[in-house]
Amino acid sequence: MTTRIFGSGIRRREDPRLITGGATYTDDVQLPGMVHAAILRSPHAHAKISSIDTSAASGAPGVVAVYTGADTDGVLNPIPCAWLPPDCDIKAVDHPAIAKDVVRYQGDAVAVVVAEDRYQAEDALELIKVDYEILPSVVNPEAAMQAGAPQIHEDAPNNQAFHWVADGGDSDAAFANADVIVKETIIQQRLIPHAMEPRSAVANWTVAMGELTLWSTSQNPHIVRFLGSLVTGIPEHKIRVIATEVGGGFGSKLPMYADEMIISFCSMQLNRPVKWTATRSEGFLATIHGRDHVEHVELAATREGKITGIRSVVYAGMGAYLSTAGPGVPTILHGLIYSGPYDIGATKADIYGVFSNTTPVDTCRGAGRPEATFLIERLIDLLAVELGTDPVELRRKNLIPKFEDGHDVASGITYDSGDYEPLLNMVLGHVDYQALRQEQARMRERGAYMGIGVTCYVEICGLGPSQVAGAVGFGGGLWESAIVRFHPTGKVNAYIGTSPHGQGEETTFAQIIADELGVDVDDVGVIHGDTSNTPMGWGTYGSRTSTVGGAAVALAARKIKEKARLLAAHLLEAAEADVEYEDGKFFVKGSPDRSKTIQEIATMANVAWNMPEGMEPGLEASAFYDPPNFVYPFGTHLAVVEVDPDNGHIEVKRYVAGDDCGPQINPMIVEGQVHGGVVHGVGQALWEGVVYDENGQLLTGSMTDYALPRAHMFPDMEILSTVTPSPHNPLGVKGIGETGAIASTVTIYNAVIDALRPLGVTHIDMPLTPEKVWQAIRQGQGS
Amino acid sequence: MNIQVTVNGKSHEKEVDPRLLLVHFLREDLGLTGTKIGCDTSQCGACVVKMDGVTVKSCTCLAVQADGSEITTIEGIATNGELHPVQEAFWEKHGLQCGYCTAGMIMTTVELLEKNPDPSEDQVREGLKGNICRCTGYQNIVRAVLAAAEAQRS
Ligand code: FES
Ligand code: FES
Repeated sequence: MTTRIFGSGIRRREDPRLITGGATYTDDVQLPGMVHAAILRSPHAHAKISSIDTSAASGAPGVVAVYTGADTDGVLNPIPCAWLPPDCDIKAVDHPAIAKDVVRYQGDAVAVVVAEDRYQAEDALELIKVDYEILPSVVNPEAAMQAGAPQIHEDAPNNQAFHWVADGGDSDAAFANADVIVKETIIQQRLIPHAMEPRSAVANWTVAMGELTLWSTSQNPHIVRFLGSLVTGIPEHKIRVIATEVGGGFGSKLPMYADEMIISFCSMQLNRPVKWTATRSEGFLATIHGRDHVEHVELAATREGKITGIRSVVYAGMGAYLSTAGPGVPTILHGLIYSGPYDIGATKADIYGVFSNTTPVDTCRGAGRPEATFLIERLIDLLAVELGTDPVELRRKNLIPKFEDGHDVASGITYDSGDYEPLLNMVLGHVDYQALRQEQARMRERGAYMGIGVTCYVEICGLGPSQVAGAVGFGGGLWESAIVRFHPTGKVNAYIGTSPHGQGEETTFAQIIADELGVDVDDVGVIHGDTSNTPMGWGTYGSRTSTVGGAAVALAARKIKEKARLLAAHLLEAAEADVEYEDGKFFVKGSPDRSKTIQEIATMANVAWNMPEGMEPGLEASAFYDPPNFVYPFGTHLAVVEVDPDNGHIEVKRYVAGDDCGPQINPMIVEGQVHGGVVHGVGQALWEGVVYDENGQLLTGSMTDYALPRAHMFPDMEILSTVTPSPHNPLGVKGIGETGAIASTVTIYNAVIDALRPLGVTHIDMPLTPEKVWQAIRQGQGS
Repeated sequence: MNIQVTVNGKSHEKEVDPRLLLVHFLREDLGLTGTKIGCDTSQCGACVVKMDGVTVKSCTCLAVQADGSEITTIEGIATNGELHPVQEAFWEKHGLQCGYCTAGMIMTTVELLEKNPDPSEDQVREGLKGNICRCTGYQNIVRAVLAAAEAQRS
């Protein structure tokens, strides 16, 4: 028996073009006659535009055109928000592509210059004169809802974008009857997702055909086409969006941005291809941010440590406008998963979405689920201190016992499968947890501060059943589709609707198909990212590509196999019931030498010289997969840190990630996803955080001011896993792209606070910079 | 201004604007788009190329400063269709995901291993400090560098 290709850590087929500089990302696209755009952005967080004078810019060298909101008004429809949860009084305020009367955050587009080259376009921006009447602004989401706060949108009183409540079980009773209640205020600081490739667009309008081709740094080109047709009025079938090579997304390339529509507008006006690429500093202002919650949270428990309830009041910053999926993040992706892997009878999420004079907030790796995991895991550590018990034993006591096919939780969702304790034990055994605690005690005696953080999490991902998408106000479906096609020589192409941008599905989907069809993996090619040659798909985010898109690919392959079996019976002159299949070969039962490979059958299907009566030529299939439920990967992460009390410096000594994402299609790629996710989440705990001043000026507006994790800041991590298949997924798989970021922030945070407890420190707002840690230690010691 | 630059062994003479950045010259005038731009503050290392044998951030260097020099970019390190051992190691060890930081990482690694053919893990991590990757968490990049070092030594 050869090694099964599904499950093999084979190296990626995407890499040869990426390691040789041969890939074509959006900014690499050069078209004849192409001109370059630069966008003028508001320097103020909130201001009225009194006047704009573009005359000097228009006459500057190389300038082809200058447009303002007066030009796009009525031509481009407002930029839509595509996730409007129901029953929460949501205010879908107008978001014009270019601001006309009022700017509402530093970075709001005010004008666009198109010039022969990008230097000239940038130069001309400086010649545009805008008179602003500065208005008061507000940045913090909780402050924005207080009486007297500056009003950002006329039709959103108190800056309330929505008020969403998920109340499962009887939380009032749980808190009224609790022996112990612990409370905390958690600031989920604003983050910048920061894909390494800046956002970019190349728009090419062909007037004769009335067609737009748009190269876009998008995680979901089909959504860009769909929403782009609503914004531009170009019929959907006359728009082609290409996002074949995208340099990372992490949620920041999910939204429908104004900029891509502005560039399309320019191309349509000028009948020339137009390119725009954000500078990094521009990206900091005008690419979505993530998180931005102020959370007041509490947990109810019995004296024995049984958790009975969790509730929250959360002020979730939405920024100046509602971004594409923004409102879905603190609600559906956050408020429904408060109970994590624990059996908790009542959870209540009381969420205010709030406008502020800041960059719009949307999905940032994990999106809602890191915040939820942080909340419960932080509260459990506080409860452990309160009860004087070991935080791990407290977790163990509350874990949901093993289940294989469905477990209902208080918020109303149903986990698919879970077996939490073995992974917890595996991680604890791996580090010898008891020995670590003893070492910690010994170190404390000599004034050294080591801390341990342990997190158990469950993630909701693999978005998701389309019926649920509709019910929760998502403006689209969440199924995926794929076409799998045998060519005459027996080689295969799969055309997929999802749009990977670093996750490696060209490789893993080929593995799925090779496994399903018994062909060599090198005989399978996977095509994605271009709406002109791929079937509809809803994109790559929410750890859904392998679970939903991979299932579509597998189902298409299975359909092909069924047809191939009928054709095999015909060619082998055997009854269908007598035809058997193994490893890519059909043979007649009892006489294995009477056989045809599926690739031979594919050749016959393509030339169609000898087909059964009534059978269509060709060997291909298209499949749509709409998942019946989300998938729920889970795991245990553990961190060991040491804090230097003299300077507040934190050293991460060990990091162990134990994750269960079901069967792994390619373990090498799974590990890579965990590595990246963990470090991203650690970035939030230790280094990353957006800072605005009180006037809404972004102080962390460049890479010099916004600290990203670098190679020397984190040690090698240790990776463990178990395999609990999803009962409803055709491949049993669950998502793995976000688990790291979901678990690691609070794991590190709890480890640091655990280290500092003897010094009287119980809370520090993230990121845990040395200065803040040092200050907290001084305060903790009353000095 | 007129400049002469040899890039990946090929000589080019061009008229350039004095303020043109080397990275734009490579990408736009010569069409060598393998070198990437990730920032505007010399922080990320996506644009690293070799100039006269040492690495430079090509976003921080003017094209005119490269006049008379020899430049190697990611497109120029494979020989006769054979991947450079560092490229091979990045592939083998899954040292990249989206690939956007990769050209800079590989060019930085080539120099790092020229200076220190047998680095420790810590030395590799220190040596890559000027290159940012958002995808990989660096772990497999470090593995790739160590594997490349070993391959080049043997
Ligand atoms: S682009 Fe040169 S250092 Fe970032
Ligand atoms: S591989 Fe994507 S930034 Fe490094």
